[in-house]
Amino acid sequence: MSQFTLNLLVVGGSFALYIAIAIWARAGTTSDFYAASRGINPVVNGAATAADWMSAASFISMAGLIAFVGYGNSTFLMGWTGGYVLLALLLAPYLRKFGRFTVPEFIGDRFYSQTARVVAVICLLVISITYVIGQMTGAGVAFSRFLEVDNTTGLLIASGVVFIYAVLGGMKGITYTQLAQYCVLILAYTIPAVFISIQLTGNPIPALGLFSTHAESGVPLLTKLNQVLVELGFNDYTGHHGSKFNMFLFTMSLMIGTAGLPHVIIRFFTVPKVADARKSAGWALVFIALLYLTAPAVGAMARLNIITTIFPAGTTAEPITYDERPDWMRSWEKTGLLAFEDKNNDGQIQYYNDNSDEFASIAAERGWEGNEMVTFNRDILVLANPEIAQLPPWVLALIAAGGLAAALSTAAGLLLAISSAISHDMLKSVLTPNITDKQELLAARVSMAFAIALATYLGLNPPGFAAQVVALAFGLAAATLFPALMMGIFSKKMNTQGAVAGMLVGLLATLLYIFTYLGWFFIPDTNMLANSPDNWLFGISPLSFGAIGAVLNFVVAYVVMRITADPPEHIQELVESIRVPRGAGSAADH
Amino acid sequence: MSDDKSAAAYWAANVRIIKICLVIWALVSFGFAILLRPLLQMLPLSIGGTDLGFWFAQQGSILTFIVLIFSYTWYMNRLDREFGVDEE
Repeated sequence: MSQFTLNLLVVGGSFALYIAIAIWARAGTTSDFYAASRGINPVVNGAATAADWMSAASFISMAGLIAFVGYGNSTFLMGWTGGYVLLALLLAPYLRKFGRFTVPEFIGDRFYSQTARVVAVICLLVISITYVIGQMTGAGVAFSRFLEVDNTTGLLIASGVVFIYAVLGGMKGITYTQLAQYCVLILAYTIPAVFISIQLTGNPIPALGLFSTHAESGVPLLTKLNQVLVELGFNDYTGHHGSKFNMFLFTMSLMIGTAGLPHVIIRFFTVPKVADARKSAGWALVFIALLYLTAPAVGAMARLNIITTIFPAGTTAEPITYDERPDWMRSWEKTGLLAFEDKNNDGQIQYYNDNSDEFASIAAERGWEGNEMVTFNRDILVLANPEIAQLPPWVLALIAAGGLAAALSTAAGLLLAISSAISHDMLKSVLTPNITDKQELLAARVSMAFAIALATYLGLNPPGFAAQVVALAFGLAAATLFPALMMGIFSKKMNTQGAVAGMLVGLLATLLYIFTYLGWFFIPDTNMLANSPDNWLFGISPLSFGAIGAVLNFVVAYVVMRITADPPEHIQELVESIRVPRGAGSAADH
Repeated sequence: MSDDKSAAAYWAANVRIIKICLVIWALVSFGFAILLRPLLQMLPLSIGGTDLGFWFAQQGSILTFIVLIFSYTWYMNRLDREFGVDEE
């Protein structure tokens, strides 16, 4: 059976499973559609949250991000997991007790203001729509790579599948498909990693293999990696080669941003009890950690593998010739994601850091005239892992299904957050409050269809800034929604004026800071200052600004609250009631 | 919960445990993995050829986060029962 047929079978099989789940888990009421009628087991919700959270970026790109920087990019590992501690301690249990369906709904009701609700809807839409573009393009790329269809067809198939289970099943359908998608993506990620770990260290658990002895050289794997990198002029893997301050701020922004992402928060509305919301956050992190503890091992091992493949006799000896390169390099060269250029015409592949001034003299001595592996897309690391480890073809098919599962599960969660903000917060709460449950359910389905159409359109015509938008989404979630939610729970006296002023200042300050360095609306050459550390205000990178935006939000909200009227008595009672778990069951039927 | 004093005491106990958890949360990530890493490097401890700070950055902090959430959940379930605010 050819690789193509196998990919088609495995991906097709996984899609058939998702559609079968959708038909089984149809939504009959708005409570089904928005919150799966709050009947989801907390462990199941943990797995669904993990799939909801781990996007195409986590699955495909994260190992590569870590591999090519090493210690410095541990920020992603800590930032994208540490947010769950904030969620479990500061938000999830209380929002579950509140017992409604959306994030803007809490902000609107708690701050007794339609203005606050509309500001929250705007923040949610900006965050979720920018985030969904990346998922749709990711799904399109995975399709075209593995199923030999063009990008557009791939994207349309992916949208069609999401359409079936999201429109039909709403949160209920999405939850159970996310459970299935979690199983597919975690298997796809760990199987090749286990084999690579065994080959390099003899340890079948990649996370332990990372800190084990490199079988071939007898020294610890990380020592070996540091040694070969330094011998080729690269920075060592375990050292830090950047600003500690920015590493701190960036990690903080990712953590706060994670806790403020609406599509993650609404997953905790689906469990029966407040205690389940806490427990579910713990399980979500366990399921996420299975991938996040494997990713740094995959990154380090793949980087070492690539270097030892090119320098089989050691980095101080001669590299392989171009004609000797392994098959996986040949097949990835066809995609353009990997490219070589024989700059000194010696037929060999010299891979080294030609930006290092210190290494230049050594390179000159060895007759090297520049790095000859001119393109190496970091996404190859995960996608080519099965080929690098020479695993059977079905593992590669599983990677295809896993990448698609990661992209589609996150897309579905985002689409639900977008559509419920439109049908529930804009229509039911603001514009047409008198519609019946049946009409609202229809409106929710129509909004979902509309959101999918919009996401597909943006996926087909990505606004050239797809890479930066993730920073924008996290920065805005950190600077707007997280502080408003937290103050709504932890400060009884926080009022409309404080919350709205805080969110607006957080939103505008973060947008302004990011646009100043990355261009207005990310349009190239419209930035007012060059994006370099010398120009940054107090050396703060625009990517790390979310944490500062959050601090501004808190401070402004507090000052405005002090000079304006206290919230009404019934709001202060509402805050007292969400602080205790008892009575969450009755809130479910509201 | 009818008794206001008991409600205030329950909330105070919750906020106290949240603060303790957040101190540990910050210590293992921002502390051990980033700002205090140079201090950990001075310890005569090595894990897999590198220092404890690197381990905390790539694994230790994530493992601590998991333990933190489950400990908080366990503590709060006990607190809920103690104050009679748990769900039946």
